[in-house]
Amino acid sequence: MSVAKSRHDGGGSAPGEGGPAGPAKPAGAAAHGGTSTRADRWSTFAQRHGALVALLLTVLIASASFDSFAGAGNLKNIAVSSAFLAIVALGMTFVIVSGGIDLSVGSVFVLGGVLAAWGSKYGPVVALLLPLAVCGGIGLVNGLLIARARLAPFIVTLAAMLGARGLMLNITDEGNDTFLIAKDSLFADLGRGKLLGIGAPVWITLALFLLGGLLLRRTRFGQQVYAVGGNEDAASLMGTSVSRTKITVYAMSGLLAGLAGALNAAWLASGVTILGQGMELEAISAVVIGGTLLTGGLGYVSGSLVGVLLLKVIQNIINQIGSLDSAYQQVVSGAFLVVVVVVQTWLGRRRKARLTAPG
Amino acid sequence: MAEHVLSTRSLTKRFPGVLALDRVDFGVRAGEVHALIGENGAGKSTLIKVLTGVYAPDGGEVLRDGGPATFGTPLAAQQAGISTIYQEVNLVPLMSVARNLFLGREPRGRFGLIDFDRMHRESERILSEYGVRTDVRRPLGELGVGAQQMVALARAVWVDAKVVVMDEPTSSLEPREVETLFGVIRRLRDRGVAVVYVSHRLDELYAVCDAVTVLRDGRTVHTGPLQGLERLRLVSMMLGREIGEVRAEGTTKFGGDHEAASAEPVLRVDGLSVQHQLHDVSFAVRPGEVVGLGGLLGSGRTETAKSVAGALAPSAGRVTVAGARVRTGSPGAAIRAGISLLPEDRKTEGIVPGLSVRENIALAVLPRLSRAGLVSEARIDSLVGTFMERLRIKASSPHQKAGELSGGNQQKVLLARWLAAEPRVLLLDEPTRGIDVGAKAEVQKLVDELAADGLGVLLISSDLEELIEGSDRVVVLRDGAVVGELTGDEVTEDRLMEAIAAAAEEEPHLADAAPGDVRKAAAHD
Repeated sequence: MSVAKSRHDGGGSAPGEGGPAGPAKPAGAAAHGGTSTRADRWSTFAQRHGALVALLLTVLIASASFDSFAGAGNLKNIAVSSAFLAIVALGMTFVIVSGGIDLSVGSVFVLGGVLAAWGSKYGPVVALLLPLAVCGGIGLVNGLLIARARLAPFIVTLAAMLGARGLMLNITDEGNDTFLIAKDSLFADLGRGKLLGIGAPVWITLALFLLGGLLLRRTRFGQQVYAVGGNEDAASLMGTSVSRTKITVYAMSGLLAGLAGALNAAWLASGVTILGQGMELEAISAVVIGGTLLTGGLGYVSGSLVGVLLLKVIQNIINQIGSLDSAYQQVVSGAFLVVVVVVQTWLGRRRKARLTAPG
Repeated sequence: MAEHVLSTRSLTKRFPGVLALDRVDFGVRAGEVHALIGENGAGKSTLIKVLTGVYAPDGGEVLRDGGPATFGTPLAAQQAGISTIYQEVNLVPLMSVARNLFLGREPRGRFGLIDFDRMHRESERILSEYGVRTDVRRPLGELGVGAQQMVALARAVWVDAKVVVMDEPTSSLEPREVETLFGVIRRLRDRGVAVVYVSHRLDELYAVCDAVTVLRDGRTVHTGPLQGLERLRLVSMMLGREIGEVRAEGTTKFGGDHEAASAEPVLRVDGLSVQHQLHDVSFAVRPGEVVGLGGLLGSGRTETAKSVAGALAPSAGRVTVAGARVRTGSPGAAIRAGISLLPEDRKTEGIVPGLSVRENIALAVLPRLSRAGLVSEARIDSLVGTFMERLRIKASSPHQKAGELSGGNQQKVLLARWLAAEPRVLLLDEPTRGIDVGAKAEVQKLVDELAADGLGVLLISSDLEELIEGSDRVVVLRDGAVVGELTGDEVTEDRLMEAIAAAAEEEPHLADAAPGDVRKAAAHD
């Protein structure tokens, strides 16, 4: 790509190549916008770190209220149970930042678990690679249909959601067969093993988020994901391959959902067929709570991790309050989501109003 | 004669029902600033889009350095050294200024990760040369439109461009920014870059361009050096009208409504201004009068109509209907005051193609026809029947889908919708564009009849003949300001073209005189 040829390697040569030769007249040098007020900074902070503040407050209150909450065992429980949703939410973050949505991840997650458990009798390599290949393939097909055939992501991934669950039911004889994973196998260690007393899924999740963060924020691919989500036409006119970017994010989302399913199966030591219902909505909630705009173009991988933890901590607290029906967990999660979306919308409108105000 | 860096040979592009480009020959040389001008629908945008790989041509070819080079994608055109600055800023507002500037060519450091420090330093330096001083880490959307346009320019020029295409780059710039832009263009020219410059502002063309190509109805009507080409001749070529003998007569006496129009104005507009778009526009419309708004595309005609109708919020100015002030910036308030706007683009702003003719007509008046939330079907039927007959709407029945009607009949359905709201002032923005000749005549006849019924009509039309014959008076706009008014015998095509083309030197005199006269005239009423 000749466009990509960077002109700035030679330091001073960059502007000489394209920009005007001489320095601009001081008189003509207008100071354009860009002065951020305190309110701007506050709204940026709320967008970016609101979920983290909410998480810290929730954890503080819960620790003060329940002795059992802050115990090491309970915290580890929260961490491990968050890991699988977090991996799914990581893929979802890329999809949502690119301006799309992936409803298939819940079904793909359970399919990945069943495939891993089925494959585990052929050894750990098959147990891991089979779900990755199949689930990544489903994501790839999603991406191709969305990017090349220009179908709506909602419909394509809804179909994939039904299809993946059907495939899973087919493999498991309508859910009657549950494949088991030998607890002493190498594959089971991926889910059940511990390092420094912390479960392997937690370490894997942290590593994936680190990589995902670098990929989204610090690579050209990541910039293209933002650009496609922020303004698809502009991204295309600026020379971004929109379809390649879209195909990649959906393939990634399928791959990560399958990996999460496989790890979850290793942890449970079986391919449980009744999981993953509504998981796509949980993942979307976590991503949005974490500060990613549902309309695309803005978002953070770290925010999604915080969003997942927030959902899981609330779930844990409600379980701690024995008298509360666990169904309330969903009410609270739902209320949280509404608050976040209302605040996001409000911040967005304020920003827009400021931008279009005369003067 | 130097070789063309970028040229077209017999380029043809068809859209359903329209021949957008008809065997166009166009060429730009290295170190030349080439103006591309023409009225709406002349094919400028289409030509640019074919040149830059957005559209594929149906015939003919694009040549780069004389060799065939029709580009399949914008990326391919960029790789061939052709950069484009589009009319609307095509950047990503949510991303930071620096990331927009560098998208796709970010500097990379260790492990292939983007080196943001270097990117921010480079961005600040590059942008400072375009007069943009800002925190390049902030989202682009927080900059003013002018500054965003400068970022787009910096981005386009900064790649190793041999040809830079600018589609109305100044439409959102402040005068000071325009100067910066001109400086950049001149330096590009000195470096041997070819610049294709599209603009409607004639003053700008003469300030910065070397050559000009005039398009009309998808054909090249003139191409050659700009110097020595008279302004009036340029306008007449754009509009396809003969200058006639008027040239000899010299300056006209603009302004001064000497006719004894006794009636109180039904619409009065005072000092209407919209940032970058309108400057102190004033005029009045009396009941039974058709006032034309003349001017080239981009002169502020549509913006004037929209701000009167509340669709565009003005930064200053007053709109009064029959003496009562109307809250500006609110379509609802304008409609309640009796102002109806028939918008320019009826497909996106008016007709609901899936609904029936009857439903389309009744849409705006449903609240008025309903009692306690229930709509009286009989009243709708009688209303729809009246208008279908009066406007001679040709449909198989009131229940035919509006989308199935011809363009002219769709336009009449829209007109019926607004007339059903019983307006006192009707703003018509290009009422006959895209409809066939017969329907055109009918719509024109209708406008006359409506005015005769006592409505105040403001008519915008790029069709000079229509504007001249349909209007009792014509208010002439240029660059968002009133530059003259034609009344009585002055309402002729030649006079109008002269007013539009009036040289820059005359501008202060005209700009001072015309609105003042209108205000005076209004004050006397």
